[in-house]
Amino acid sequence: MAQITLIEAVTQALAYEMAHDDSVVVLGEDVGLNGGVFRATQGLQEKFGELRVLDTPLDETTIAGVTVGLAVQGMKPVAEAQFEGFIYPMMEQIACHAARMRNRTRGRLTVPAVFRAPWGGGIRAPEHHSEANEHLFTNIPGLRVVMPSSPARAYGLLLAAIRDPDPVMFFEPKRIYRQYKEEVPDDGEALPLDVCFVLRDGTDVTLVTWGAQVKETLEAADALAAEGISAEVIDVATLTPLDFDTIAESVAKTGRCVIVHEAPKTAGFGAEIAARVAEECLYDLLAPVERVTGFDTHIPLFRLEMKYLPSVERVVDAAKRTVAAS
Amino acid sequence: MTIAAKFEIEYLQYLDAEGKQVRDDLPEFAKDLDHMVELYKLMLSTRVFDAKSIALQRTGKLGTYASCLGHEAAHVGIGSAMKPEDVLAVSYREYGAQLYRGVRPREVYMYWGGDERGNDYQQEPARHDFAWSVPIATQCLHAAGSALAFKIRGEKRVAVCTIGDGGSSKGDFYGAINIAGAQNLPLVAVIVNNQWAISVPRKIQSGAPTLAQKGIAAGLFCIQVDGNDIIAVRKAMEDALERARNGKGGSVIEAVTYRLGDHTTADDARRYRGEAEVKEGWSKEPMKRLRHWLVAKKAWDDAKEEAWKAECDEWMDNEVNAYLETRTQPVSAMFDYIFAEVPADLAKQRDYVLSLENKAH
Repeated sequence: MAQITLIEAVTQALAYEMAHDDSVVVLGEDVGLNGGVFRATQGLQEKFGELRVLDTPLDETTIAGVTVGLAVQGMKPVAEAQFEGFIYPMMEQIACHAARMRNRTRGRLTVPAVFRAPWGGGIRAPEHHSEANEHLFTNIPGLRVVMPSSPARAYGLLLAAIRDPDPVMFFEPKRIYRQYKEEVPDDGEALPLDVCFVLRDGTDVTLVTWGAQVKETLEAADALAAEGISAEVIDVATLTPLDFDTIAESVAKTGRCVIVHEAPKTAGFGAEIAARVAEECLYDLLAPVERVTGFDTHIPLFRLEMKYLPSVERVVDAAKRTVAAS
Repeated sequence: MTIAAKFEIEYLQYLDAEGKQVRDDLPEFAKDLDHMVELYKLMLSTRVFDAKSIALQRTGKLGTYASCLGHEAAHVGIGSAMKPEDVLAVSYREYGAQLYRGVRPREVYMYWGGDERGNDYQQEPARHDFAWSVPIATQCLHAAGSALAFKIRGEKRVAVCTIGDGGSSKGDFYGAINIAGAQNLPLVAVIVNNQWAISVPRKIQSGAPTLAQKGIAAGLFCIQVDGNDIIAVRKAMEDALERARNGKGGSVIEAVTYRLGDHTTADDARRYRGEAEVKEGWSKEPMKRLRHWLVAKKAWDDAKEEAWKAECDEWMDNEVNAYLETRTQPVSAMFDYIFAEVPADLAKQRDYVLSLENKAH
């Protein structure tokens, strides 16, 4: 079986679902012959034609609004925002229509759509190409916000997102698009949405993260293990609706919680998890909750961007502080 | 001089403000007087409905309501030209089109009366139409997306969106007509130009002499019609639908009319426009000319008018009663339609609210 990268897993999931469900269509800028600027849709237009793999006019609002219309008519559109930083013109269509269509029509009309976007920094890209803004979507009722962190989870979660009867924001951490390969059988097996994945068992501290930061967080767990500290690593995967029970169970066991994310700290999604830990797990805690995040600045242009992104060192330091606290 | 491209915008009118027929080539539907009477009757019932809605709001039985006074020809002309299998995406005052397609007055009252069930149209073909779209122009892209779905599936259906003169300034409108041109989608976009976007007049929405010509830039067929002349609106719609249905491209129709009422019941138009202008608007309103034309053809008279008004009153009273008798949804309804199934985390919030309800009772 071939080993594939995260981006190839995205392509594999799209191709599988398009081959098995005629209602699945892909639309966006450059998704056709060019296969997308990251090649996520490589080869799909040749297989499924120009209408099912549609190069749209260069207007994100059009992509989002047309996606809503397609979905209401019973298609399953997978729309691509070329970069997370270009998703803002889509916000009205996503927040006012995709996310609330089912609710405002009492279930008469629905939007079974996926909005994909390459997400986050760390690839030395130009300005507006490195944003992490998942927290802008986690506060919108009616949306699922999903972020894969491995080729297998990209494949399984994207299949689940396309099959889900409601709109899903599917943010792909572009920094790890080609980080490593793994075997991902093309068997059409979806992974469950709305659950966290425990990637590593541990007893001393719970490290909670998602997206590209799973890489640094797992490396931090290795470094901590070398110092005799056992870290449990949770990949949240579906941010909303949140599977808080998995996080609570882990914190009950370890008594310590470090949340790692790339987006700015204030009102980032880590704040929600920290608040829930405070509300529901306070008496399990042996140390204050720590957050290792981007700063409340714009992500700098690329000479400084690695100083902005959470590093293995920052995660290790935070975890050690929680252990030292008690 | 070399001309790269050249365009013109046709203006279409059959009946002038007095009901005088200004051209002889009546379209087929207009030769059927029974049908024209049906259209007139729906325009009249729309007007009765609208007056009833405003009365409900003024007596505290409805929230803010957007009146359609003066738009009856435009709206009924749009709705009556469509086939049941077509899809309509409106903004928020196109009741004449919607009543034709089966939206019930009680549903309009429920929506403006603070109940989401008003958007759950029960009767076909309205049941597969879009619900009211308050965010300006966003519905145009829903129609474009629907048109794309029809094209992908090879269905002979057309998506129709309506938009105001103000709404035609927004990117969503331009985006919709642009992709319709680029992909040859079966889309008909109707700009119902009622001269006012709340307090902002048509002349400072756009420097273009017609709003119809916006479609030229998108490669669509464009026409401006007298939006108070139902024959003109209906004819332009029929032609546009026929073209779209047969893969010959989308259209932009500008229906020129006048908003005789306030923007909504929360607005007071006297703050920004003079009486003389409104008086002129009334002199061109759509009911009078059609009535004159039908009376001259002996297809309508005062007795019929009174009888139909009485029927409309009875219809509306029934609808108002049905609306007023509607019980408020259970509080759990705010959670039940967020997703297909209520996620566990959300169910906890629902259960908490339900526990408060149980405590209160």
